[in-house]
Amino acid sequence: MTMIGWLQIALFFLAVLVTIKPLGLYMARVFAGERTALSPVLGRLEADLYRISGISPNKEQGWLAYTASMLAFSVAGFLALYAILRLQAHLPLNPQGFAGMAPDLAFNTAVSFVTNTNWQNYGGETTLSHFSQMAGLTVQNFLSAATGMALAMALTRAFVRSKAATLGNFWVDMTRAVLYVLLPMAIVVALAFVAMGLPQTLDGAVTATTLEGASQTIALGPVASQEAIKQLGTNGGGFFNVNAAHPFENPTTFSNYLNIFAMLSISAALVYTFGQLVGNRRQGWAIISAMAILLIAGVAAIYWAEAAGNPVLTALGVDAAAGNMEGKEVRFGQAMTALYAAVTTGLSDGGVNGMHGSFTGLGGLVPMFLMQLGEVLPGGVGSGLYGMLVFALLSVFVSGLMVGRTPEFLGKKIEGREMKYAMLAVLVLPLAILGFTAISAMLPLAVASIGTAGPHGLSEILYAYTSAAANNGSAFGGLTGNTVWYNTTLGIAMLLGRFAYVVPVMAIAGSLAAKVKVPPSSGTFPTDGPLFVGLLIGIILILGGLQFFPALALGPIVEHLAMLAGQTF
Amino acid sequence: MSKDHHAPGLLDPAILLPAARDAFAKLDPRQLVRNPVIFVTEAVAAVVTVLFLRDLVTGSAQAGFSGQIAAWLWFTVLFATFAEAVAEGRGRAQADSLKRTKSELVARRRTASGTVETVPATSLAIGDIVLVAAGELIPGDGEVIEGVASVNESAITGESAPVIRESGGDRSAVTGGTQVLSDEITVKITVAPGSSFVDRMIALIEGAQRQKTPNEIALSILLSGLTLIFLFVCVAIWGLAGYSGTVLTVTVLAALLVTLIPTTIGGLLSAIGIAGMDRLVRFNVIATSGRAVEAAGDVDTLLLDKTGTITFGNRMASDFLPAPGVSPSDLAEAALLASLSDETPEGRSIVALATGEFSVAMPRVRFDAVIEFTAETRLSGIDLGGRRLRKGAVDAVLRFAGLQEDDAPAEFRRAVETIARSGGTPLAVADGSRLLGVIHLKDIVKPGIKERFAALRAMGIRTVMVTGDNPVTAAAIASEAGVDDFLAQATPEDKLAYIRREQQGGRLIAMCGDGTNDAPALAQADVGVAMQTGTQAAREAANMVDLDSSPTKLIEIVEIGKQLLMTRGSLTTFSIANDVAKYFAIIPALFVATYPALDALNIMHLASPQSAILSAVIFNALIIVALIPLALRGVAYRPAGAAALLRRNLLVYGLGGLVLPFAGIKAIDLAVSALNLV
Repeated sequence: MTMIGWLQIALFFLAVLVTIKPLGLYMARVFAGERTALSPVLGRLEADLYRISGISPNKEQGWLAYTASMLAFSVAGFLALYAILRLQAHLPLNPQGFAGMAPDLAFNTAVSFVTNTNWQNYGGETTLSHFSQMAGLTVQNFLSAATGMALAMALTRAFVRSKAATLGNFWVDMTRAVLYVLLPMAIVVALAFVAMGLPQTLDGAVTATTLEGASQTIALGPVASQEAIKQLGTNGGGFFNVNAAHPFENPTTFSNYLNIFAMLSISAALVYTFGQLVGNRRQGWAIISAMAILLIAGVAAIYWAEAAGNPVLTALGVDAAAGNMEGKEVRFGQAMTALYAAVTTGLSDGGVNGMHGSFTGLGGLVPMFLMQLGEVLPGGVGSGLYGMLVFALLSVFVSGLMVGRTPEFLGKKIEGREMKYAMLAVLVLPLAILGFTAISAMLPLAVASIGTAGPHGLSEILYAYTSAAANNGSAFGGLTGNTVWYNTTLGIAMLLGRFAYVVPVMAIAGSLAAKVKVPPSSGTFPTDGPLFVGLLIGIILILGGLQFFPALALGPIVEHLAMLAGQTF
Repeated sequence: MSKDHHAPGLLDPAILLPAARDAFAKLDPRQLVRNPVIFVTEAVAAVVTVLFLRDLVTGSAQAGFSGQIAAWLWFTVLFATFAEAVAEGRGRAQADSLKRTKSELVARRRTASGTVETVPATSLAIGDIVLVAAGELIPGDGEVIEGVASVNESAITGESAPVIRESGGDRSAVTGGTQVLSDEITVKITVAPGSSFVDRMIALIEGAQRQKTPNEIALSILLSGLTLIFLFVCVAIWGLAGYSGTVLTVTVLAALLVTLIPTTIGGLLSAIGIAGMDRLVRFNVIATSGRAVEAAGDVDTLLLDKTGTITFGNRMASDFLPAPGVSPSDLAEAALLASLSDETPEGRSIVALATGEFSVAMPRVRFDAVIEFTAETRLSGIDLGGRRLRKGAVDAVLRFAGLQEDDAPAEFRRAVETIARSGGTPLAVADGSRLLGVIHLKDIVKPGIKERFAALRAMGIRTVMVTGDNPVTAAAIASEAGVDDFLAQATPEDKLAYIRREQQGGRLIAMCGDGTNDAPALAQADVGVAMQTGTQAAREAANMVDLDSSPTKLIEIVEIGKQLLMTRGSLTTFSIANDVAKYFAIIPALFVATYPALDALNIMHLASPQSAILSAVIFNALIIVALIPLALRGVAYRPAGAAALLRRNLLVYGLGGLVLPFAGIKAIDLAVSALNLV
């Protein structure tokens, strides 16, 4: 670990901190339906869109209608993307002449992008046409992110309103998220990426002759535009197979900074938006603090584990001073790789700029654990906020009992019905992750896909299902995921992680909105102070730890302990 | 007041022995299924028992281990059922004595023809008229329609001093099972046998009517969810172990599951609820449902009657303000003499103030004449050797002295005005035509009540004083007593409207009352406490009845409600925090054979894998027993702000729950290996 490394990390978090408030306030205006600086430009377009699609923007929906609209929209998005992937050979903008995707891979990919996961069982530059990348994947990058934001805003309104039957209009929330937040930011970031040297072209690959005289195919395409929304929407699905480790996706330290910044900015600011809309900015900051503390701890843990190096390699004569550089790009180094790895997994982004599977046991455990905590640090755009609010409800429930009152959060009493739906949501992650991992670990056809025997192999499977169920999308590396078994089960895990989670959350929103907003008294436990932050962190860690400790013990923990003992598998 | 506050000792064999027997009866799975965590534990115990029998038959070397695990799993279930049985047992003694009085009741019923027949009390119907003479027990709940009698209600209240029951007014309600001491009354039965007050009391004390309260349901859902999660975890471990080349037996997985699911709080949950009701009974309050007790913990606003709750019932003299040229002691002496024959509380308070604070010696004098207070003269006093001492309403005394209001000295008028503005009552004192000064009569706020309100405020509860006084008087008393708000010149309709308004804003309201006109407000309030001395209508409308008829009891009720929730929350936190240590005991034990490196996680240095697992299971069972006293007593409660309470409870039960099992499991492991149990 170096001073420069720590400074780079500190500078990054400082930059995010500065943007939280202005961006958060801007989004609060957007989702409150108020006029914004962009309204003169986009207002007409927005109104036209509603008129064409027959939506009356002032008609609000109850939680069921809101959820049903979201599900219908997602199903439609899935079908459209599936069709594009299967039929890409017959569609335009296919300079390389790629064939259509196999059904199981197309299912996996379509689910992956609709659920904002972006797990990729394919290599983009060798499988997909420009049309598939742009009209298929990039469109879903926008829409799945906007869907998450809409859902988070619906839940937010449940805390704002008193005795309300409605939570807003899904179509309006989603449209405004795309028009006023994602699209303008994506344009700015894409242009910045182009300036930093990312390709943006509709041409196919070029062939170069290397110094040795060999012929090399260099893939090109509309990279900058996809990269921008991939990060802003915490999607993470890269244009290239190796994602942001590829020099065309992430050529320099500056592009690396912009990558991480773009993925963190909206999710973090959306928490501020929450605080602003519920009329308690301190509440927003309290939740942001809890997220930040855990995320920074994650960065530090990875940085420390990787900088400590691998004694097995040291014994083979590798210079220990550089730490463990396996799987890392030298242009980024330890600190920037650790930062990227923690942020991409603390968020549900899933882009990578190094190979997580090549980290030390502990260094690989942290990204996995950050996802297992439920993708709330600060999680995917929107999904992180509503996930965090479920944890907040659980924290408030336990703490409310401990102060001798029926628990309440932001004036809403948390009772049996909310607990029931919250537990249903919380059950999804362990069920999908542990269930599929255990089955795959026992199934010879699934075990055949792993790249390394022993605990590391188990980590590969565990990481894959964790990444899928948490809708992260990053890969550990090593696992051959493009099989019927993994395409199907990972797809199911992604569906569960997104929809089986969010439907109970929306039920909570419906139930909370209908309740009276109780004014706080000094007997109410204040949820915007350091005590609550500590409690929230404690609940997240204990719940996550209790669920996944045994699995982690058999994977990365034993791997790390064995590495320290000089043992390999 | 006799207060039966001391609970039976926690180790009272009269309770523990029957409870131990009941604990076995409660193993019935049909009954246990109400408690999912313990039900799962029982199912797992049954499975391990079968495995143990198989090991025994096949002569496996594992038999000793699986037998011990099975035994401790059963102990875990038994300790949980035992906790519930103990909690129930503590209420049963009281219920039994109530039942005895009930079974012996007979009634003298007046028939349609006017004759009187003797029937068993159980055959009474609503509307029946019964006669009860001195020495007889009142056969059922009802209302006095004729006569007045003194009644001994100690069977219900534990209060030995008799109370007066008379027809009409607010003292007409009588309770079945209480005894008439003098005179004869005619009672109209208003409650059918079987649902009378005593019946409700018995049912509540026995816990037969116990339904899960809303908060208990929410907590049960959390605990069931956690149980499901740990079920996934244990099944998954089996699969992951298979990959790693470890074959895990069902016995060790069962042990892991039971140690992880929240058996501590699951086992004590119903005991906590029963004990909460029981604590209330010991405070001589009967609640009609657990829901009401829980709601008491949530109360935001307390509506308290001024008279009798915040102030003593009567106005009392608090100061003598002499007219110009009169010494304070002269005024005090005159006031004393004028009040000597005045037996009203006001008069007595003047005597007490004069002889006390103003050190006037009690005179031994013979009066020439005593002038009684009448509504027309509005003054009273004595004639004594030419002195004509009078005290009374200011205008009446001025008239007596032959003065116009303007003739009175400015200082005197100022004193009168100040007293009136502060909410007090000025009484003028005159000796013949000589004006001596003013007595300041005021409502005396009960000592210590201000501190109690401050404590309530710290808990986040507003107190609102309800009074029939005019706003000026009310404001003065309100500020002296330190209440947050007051309702002056309040009619029953005002009270009801105030409660409704507060509830609209999402607040929970508690109030107490005794009159029939309080009934609508009592019914509307979230927590309505009726006085035992109150009317039947009030008692029916309320969801709690205070047998001591002490209006400040509301404060204790709120504390008991809070304590109930806090005990649940603290033990839940404790239970979950315990799991960390159990992982560190069991996970290395399960896999150290496959991965020797995992011994690094065995931070407790437990002797062997088997002793580690057994120790964790034993700790998990014993902690339930160890916490039974806490569950019955409730966690310590001090009025404080929410943040302070949480910080304290998190420290004690969160951090304590994290650390304690490390020490506990290690100690048990030392014992297990010393005894060579595995």
